[in-house]
Amino acid sequence: MNSNTDTFLSDYEAVYPGLPGSGVKWLDSIRRCGMEEFRAQGLPTGRTEDWKYTRLRSLEDTIFRPATLEDGEVDVNQLPTLFSGDSMVPRIVFVNGCLKTEFSCMDNLPDGVTVDSLRGAMDRDPEWFASHLGQVGCIDGNPLVALNTAMMNSGAVVRVHKDTAVEKPIEMIFVAGLTNGPVAYYPRNLIVMDEGADATFIQHHTGLGGGPYFVNSVTEIEVSGNARLRHYSVQNENVEATHLASIHVRVGCDATYEAFCMSTGGRLSRNESFVRLEGSGGHCGLNGAYMMRGKEHCDNTTLIEHMVPYTSCREVFKGVLDDESRSVFQGKITVHKDAQKTDGRMLSKTLLLSDRAEIDTKPELEIYADDVKCAHGATTGQLNTEALFYLRSRGIPDALARSLLVESFIAEAIEEISHLDVRAAMTGLVASQSSNRRCLGIEISEKSEGYKFE
Amino acid sequence: MLHIKGLHVSVDDTEILKGIDLIIKSGETHAIMGPNGSGKSTLGYALAGRDGYEVTRGEILFKDHDLIEMSPEDRAGAGIFLAFQYPVEIPGVPNTTFLKEALNSVRRYRGEEELDAMEFVKIVREKTKELGIPDDMLKRPVNVGFSGGEKKRNEVLQMAVLNPALAILDETDSGLDIDALKVVANGVNTLRSPERATLVITHYQRLLEHIVPDFVHVLAKGKIQCSGGKELALELEEKGYAEFAQAAE
Repeated sequence: MNSNTDTFLSDYEAVYPGLPGSGVKWLDSIRRCGMEEFRAQGLPTGRTEDWKYTRLRSLEDTIFRPATLEDGEVDVNQLPTLFSGDSMVPRIVFVNGCLKTEFSCMDNLPDGVTVDSLRGAMDRDPEWFASHLGQVGCIDGNPLVALNTAMMNSGAVVRVHKDTAVEKPIEMIFVAGLTNGPVAYYPRNLIVMDEGADATFIQHHTGLGGGPYFVNSVTEIEVSGNARLRHYSVQNENVEATHLASIHVRVGCDATYEAFCMSTGGRLSRNESFVRLEGSGGHCGLNGAYMMRGKEHCDNTTLIEHMVPYTSCREVFKGVLDDESRSVFQGKITVHKDAQKTDGRMLSKTLLLSDRAEIDTKPELEIYADDVKCAHGATTGQLNTEALFYLRSRGIPDALARSLLVESFIAEAIEEISHLDVRAAMTGLVASQSSNRRCLGIEISEKSEGYKFE
Repeated sequence: MLHIKGLHVSVDDTEILKGIDLIIKSGETHAIMGPNGSGKSTLGYALAGRDGYEVTRGEILFKDHDLIEMSPEDRAGAGIFLAFQYPVEIPGVPNTTFLKEALNSVRRYRGEEELDAMEFVKIVREKTKELGIPDDMLKRPVNVGFSGGEKKRNEVLQMAVLNPALAILDETDSGLDIDALKVVANGVNTLRSPERATLVITHYQRLLEHIVPDFVHVLAKGKIQCSGGKELALELEEKGYAEFAQAAE
């Protein structure tokens, strides 16, 4: 029991009528379960091993009211996108948890793909929706999923039908901030890849203005047999935001789930990924990068479970920390008793640009089968002074040399992105992050007068 | 062009160079030879401005300006180029990006207009052709997976692109077979000109058959023990360094 749970649920009765699917029995009952579960468990605290290194003080200190339709009307003049040059990229856009059809672009969705808001999904195929929502993301022992289940007010529901292959990425864009006082919003996404389907989604979270807000996002994903989902995300919340996102994935036979999560903002962010490889031949690529500065805190916590024989995973995380920023990496691979011939590899590397930055890293392997190949590694280091000197000795100014090295460091994770357009766009994102010195705390000054010769 | 006076350099509080005097004029090629640990590479790093190579006494004047006060990037802009003994690998940064950033940085420093992608490619193509460097070496990340010969050729390419006044070659022959050595030496020789000077740092006389110096200096125990013409290198080859090291006692 935890008194701080009340601040999140106190407005429930007032908000409830406006939530998607209110009055629909099955949905009401799972919301109710979520609420009870959250009340019972309370916010995670440092007493739980998983939350030892990430404290939710920002949630204890601030009272967040649930976002309303009015909060969706704030002035948004730019949408974040990885494809600024391509207006034809299908996208669904939410502002402070409200669907904005005027910003969205759903006309050119390929055949075989449906993308709806939560509300839209209720209308399209309620039976299908009811049979998938809440199936992968479990509320037991996960208070944040419980809270989201009670309050879910936005998010995209996606279905890619059997054997539909789409090369072009589809964007899910969440913009937050500029509200009157701190708000909380609760995206709940569901992505279902039917057998043999192949598609790419980009989940983009961005923040406007400077005030605090709270995003509690849950994404449930089913990748059926022989299907492939490429799921890329960018977290660029504002500097006071709290962003807690969890992704829950089931991967079937010969199916692939490939994820990359890029974090560049947020006062406090935590990305949790829970992947279960449930069919032989299933593969999971779980990768990410983060670039933190100031007092930002970024947590990547992952659990990959190998349930059956012949599954594989690969995990590469790279992070760059400047100023007093902190990061946490908790990566766990569990190989269950039956999961012989598992091939699992995990790597976490962090670059500290400041003496005051801190990383807590905890790679874990838990293996119950006896014929497996598993490895993990974690390193922490500083900028390679030899490389820095090499670049400077070629005339490249110190600040630019540092940002090139930062980009070079992160590149190893970016290279895991198999979608080449997305890889190029992410590389560009890293370059713009590092070259505007966000991550370096160094201002690039106009060329000093220097010495002139001849 | 370069005037080194009574130069003392320490690394980690250990004095490595103990009073170097050297004058290099435009158009000249000098060779510094010496046994391992004599301070040859330290001299190269001190000239290029590497952190941790502390000048405790003496002066380095480059075109009458005090080099010691300048950052490595400013020295590069001013026209100093150090070809590394062990060129550094930089994964994730394509060689072309690196070359373009470097060239535009020194151009900015020299008050010249930056080049756009087209102009840059034109210059680089010209140089790679001259030096017989395959195009794919430009696309690959800087020095990553390069063979020893490729790394050294890449150093020469950078030198050709940046057009320095003083090129310092630190053990450029190390790790090269004779064919690779010839390619690299030819590259260096094509860059020799009356406006430019070259300082070749080497352990072996072999390289000096291909890059023929005007002056040879023997460095041992942190000091130049003797100087002479190119014939000094041959003498060294015959007698070894021991004699010079003893002379220093």
